[in-house]
Amino acid sequence: MILRPALPWVFIHGHNAFSHSMKHKAHIAFTLNGERTEVAFAPHKTLLEVIREDLNLTGTKHGCELGECGTCAVLVDGKSILSCLMLGLDAEGRDVKTIEGMAEGPELHPLQQTFADLGAAQCGYCSPGFLLVAEELLKKNPSPSRPEIQEALSGNLCRCTGYIKIYEAVELAAARMRGDEYELPRESVYGLD
Amino acid sequence: MANGTKNTNALNVVGKPFRKVDANAKCVGQTKFADDIALPRMLFCKILRSNLPHAIIKNIDTSKALALPGVFAVITGKEMPISYGILPVSQDEHALCIDKVRFIGDPVAAVAAIDEDVAFDAMNLIEVDYESLNTISSIEEAVMIDEPRIHEYGDSGNVHKKVSLEFGDVEEGFAEADLIREDTFFYEGNTHLPMEQHAAVAHFDSDKKITLWSSTQTPHYVHRALAKVLELPASHIRVIATPNGGGFGGKSDPFNHEVVVCKLAMITGRPVKVTLTREEVFYCHRGRHPVLMKVKTGVKNDGAITGMHFQTFLDGGAYGSYGVASTFYTGALQTVTYNVPRYKFQGLRAFTNKPPCGPKRGHGTPQPRFGLEVQLDKIAEQLKLDPADIRRNHLAPPNSLTANYLRIGSMGLGECIEKVVAGSDWKNKFSNWDQSNRKLPFGRGIGIAASSYLCGAGLPIYWNNMPQSGVQLRLDRQGGVCVMCGSTDIGQGSDSILAYIVAEVLGIDPFDIRVITADTDLTPVDLGSYSSRVTLMTGNAAIQAAERARELLVLAVADKLDLPIENLSLAERRVFDVENPEVGVSFAEAVVLAESKFGTIGTVGSYSPPQSAGKFKGAGVGPSPAYSYSAAVAEVDVDPETGIVIVERIWIGHDIGRSINPMLVMGQVEGSVYMGLGEALMEEMVYRGNRNVVHKFPSMLEYKSPTTMEMCDVKTYLIEDPDPNGPYGAKEVGQGPLLPIMPAVANAVYDAVGVRIDEVPITPEKVLKALKEKARGREGRVGPIAVPAVDWPEPLRVTTPAEGGDGREMPRVAVHS
Repeated sequence: MILRPALPWVFIHGHNAFSHSMKHKAHIAFTLNGERTEVAFAPHKTLLEVIREDLNLTGTKHGCELGECGTCAVLVDGKSILSCLMLGLDAEGRDVKTIEGMAEGPELHPLQQTFADLGAAQCGYCSPGFLLVAEELLKKNPSPSRPEIQEALSGNLCRCTGYIKIYEAVELAAARMRGDEYELPRESVYGLD
Repeated sequence: MANGTKNTNALNVVGKPFRKVDANAKCVGQTKFADDIALPRMLFCKILRSNLPHAIIKNIDTSKALALPGVFAVITGKEMPISYGILPVSQDEHALCIDKVRFIGDPVAAVAAIDEDVAFDAMNLIEVDYESLNTISSIEEAVMIDEPRIHEYGDSGNVHKKVSLEFGDVEEGFAEADLIREDTFFYEGNTHLPMEQHAAVAHFDSDKKITLWSSTQTPHYVHRALAKVLELPASHIRVIATPNGGGFGGKSDPFNHEVVVCKLAMITGRPVKVTLTREEVFYCHRGRHPVLMKVKTGVKNDGAITGMHFQTFLDGGAYGSYGVASTFYTGALQTVTYNVPRYKFQGLRAFTNKPPCGPKRGHGTPQPRFGLEVQLDKIAEQLKLDPADIRRNHLAPPNSLTANYLRIGSMGLGECIEKVVAGSDWKNKFSNWDQSNRKLPFGRGIGIAASSYLCGAGLPIYWNNMPQSGVQLRLDRQGGVCVMCGSTDIGQGSDSILAYIVAEVLGIDPFDIRVITADTDLTPVDLGSYSSRVTLMTGNAAIQAAERARELLVLAVADKLDLPIENLSLAERRVFDVENPEVGVSFAEAVVLAESKFGTIGTVGSYSPPQSAGKFKGAGVGPSPAYSYSAAVAEVDVDPETGIVIVERIWIGHDIGRSINPMLVMGQVEGSVYMGLGEALMEEMVYRGNRNVVHKFPSMLEYKSPTTMEMCDVKTYLIEDPDPNGPYGAKEVGQGPLLPIMPAVANAVYDAVGVRIDEVPITPEKVLKALKEKARGREGRVGPIAVPAVDWPEPLRVTTPAEGGDGREMPRVAVHS
């Protein structure tokens, strides 16, 4: 499950009543995908908006901007959090990881590779959120059972896959990260005979 | 035709589980969806939407909004007076309403401002003076109340469309029947809920040409609508469909926000972006029509259908959208699963003051399929037949023409049924209509249903004689291959299908190929990602283009190596002598030889569906080059204390014809089962307020859809019965497997606890209500009891093929009603 931060002090539904009257930008420094980053932004902006609009990392998506769909999940200090419910200001000094920071170098993270290889990303819009939450899960639990995977991903909605290819991708990546020999069942790819 | 079933003996790409060509980009956050586009000097648009369900616009005062610093333009409907709409027969939308609003959410005015916040504040400064009108909230009201009319067109009052067709004499069919059943059903509306909200960016350049990036499934139709409303030559408009973050039919109409950002870009001379909020996506809607149904079916004692009379009543919402097609679709595909020798269909679409309905996955066919399959279950019970057998024993034959002139090609439904019956251990689980001798404990049950869907519509949306799909191929002298096609990837993998097929024909790797799609400036027209048409139509066009390129390569290599052309084969990035495989050239060398001999290498391919067999008025909806088939068994757990239905597992067999990529096919099947499960159990567009026209919950939290915790286990069987019209024999999979889920679940609930929920969604409240009724000795059913009395027009009569008909309607003389 993704953490839902306490609601910010203004009601955030993309906007608030005094947005443009606030002339001065806020300025924060934080770690983004391993790099020290400074950014200035309108202080009412959510972390999601700061990442997408002020830092141009558009891999993080929005589906509802009300904390309902999990699409905007990022890792803050290693914990998945809904970036649409967190103020950018609250990222000061924190360690934030987005989908752009998941792979190290040119090689994909094992989860990214299995999501791509098994068709766990259909339209791909929810994939960044799922991938980061799955990464958090495997850090805590390298050998999750199917129900544990379902529980961990229950805060993320996917309308394309029916979740099954996502479970299989997490299981295959987990096995590879453990160094286990594991082959995807034939029925996952070809159906039952 | 060069297309159709290919020799599938030595396929290197087709049938293999390659990853999608765009999969890696989607997993690292590199894919650019519409809202990920940002252009220098870009302005942001907000659209003011009506907060009244039905009202005359008396005045709009935009002066305060315009005066706000940071606002660049405020526009109203007067600036775009030309109407548009997806169907030529219902051009009833305006980019911004001019004199009247028809539902809560109808667009009224639009702002372009320096940022989204200023645009939002400016939007709230626009003052609209409305005069409220009475509302029409339901099918029943639309049928009874003519005034005020929501639209000034349509068959009468607030009835948009009435259809009445009769194939053979259905009364004759009922006279032959041993049993006649009449049932009523209701299928609640629901919505697509794509994860990506619609977004669009417009750029008006210094040559006064416009480019629109949009999350649309149908860039070609958007292109046509923009040319019409903006009054620009189509050649000065470029529409680029960005990868869709899910579509499911919800991005298939040309939308007001797409027109609005173009107009704002033209006025301001700056790029303009709009991104809809989730709430606005609920108002855009175009989702599943709520459908009330009355089904009368006559059968022999063995379950053979002698005649069927289907009546549907569609709540269309406030605009036409695809509604006329949807209405016909609620009556089209009843005949392609089981043999229906005589068939009568009457359909009515109503206008109501609610968000417009349109096409959602299965377009117009899941609702009647639900009614048909649940009624068949009731018939099986009355005749004491096994519900799997009653279906299996009366299948429509392959390579036949149905009573309503649909041409069935390959037909693998029998095998689908056999697989799910065996896989689910049906015989050892089904109660066999004997509650006193149950095999599963009370509360646990099993149900079956079957279905069929189109592989593309036989006719385009606007009348023309051009191909429905075009593919262009360019080979360069470095060995690069570029495939261009107007199709739009909405996550189903249509870009990948193009690469797989071209790679197969040219003997190269799919990841060698550059795929450019959905750009009206660069790619030949494909009509769009709807009606499950893309794999079949673009696939056939791609085969034709690739075979033409292949021929040029083979001619040039044969000339160079002095070999007969029939000796040459293309595989593993080489063109070589099949008798002596060491003799040959690399693929890149072959392109150089071909370019040297013929000049620049570019080929095209196109696809037009076969001519429809039906020639009667209304025959345009239903024909398809091929039909896919599905059968599903659902096993459910129903808690009699709470009414909660848990679907434990679904076994599904799908007749895919042939899998171009089995892994992607599996993903489509599982995704369809998922979406069907949501429709069966929880998803509904419902309205509240004193007039029942205010959306009850336009948010993702309250519009319930299945999470990982509700999704069931799925056991899939892919039936490969290649169809001569499909590329390599392939048929569709994106929509068909959704269709049997809702009735299979409803039938399983009956098997589990003995109550009939004759409407979806099957919520705990409905199950509990039915159980309480049953405990009081009543029927134990929740569902509609009547349909509105309608003055139907005399049906258009068509003699069936079995009766020697030629597909034309009989002269309109009064026979009997």
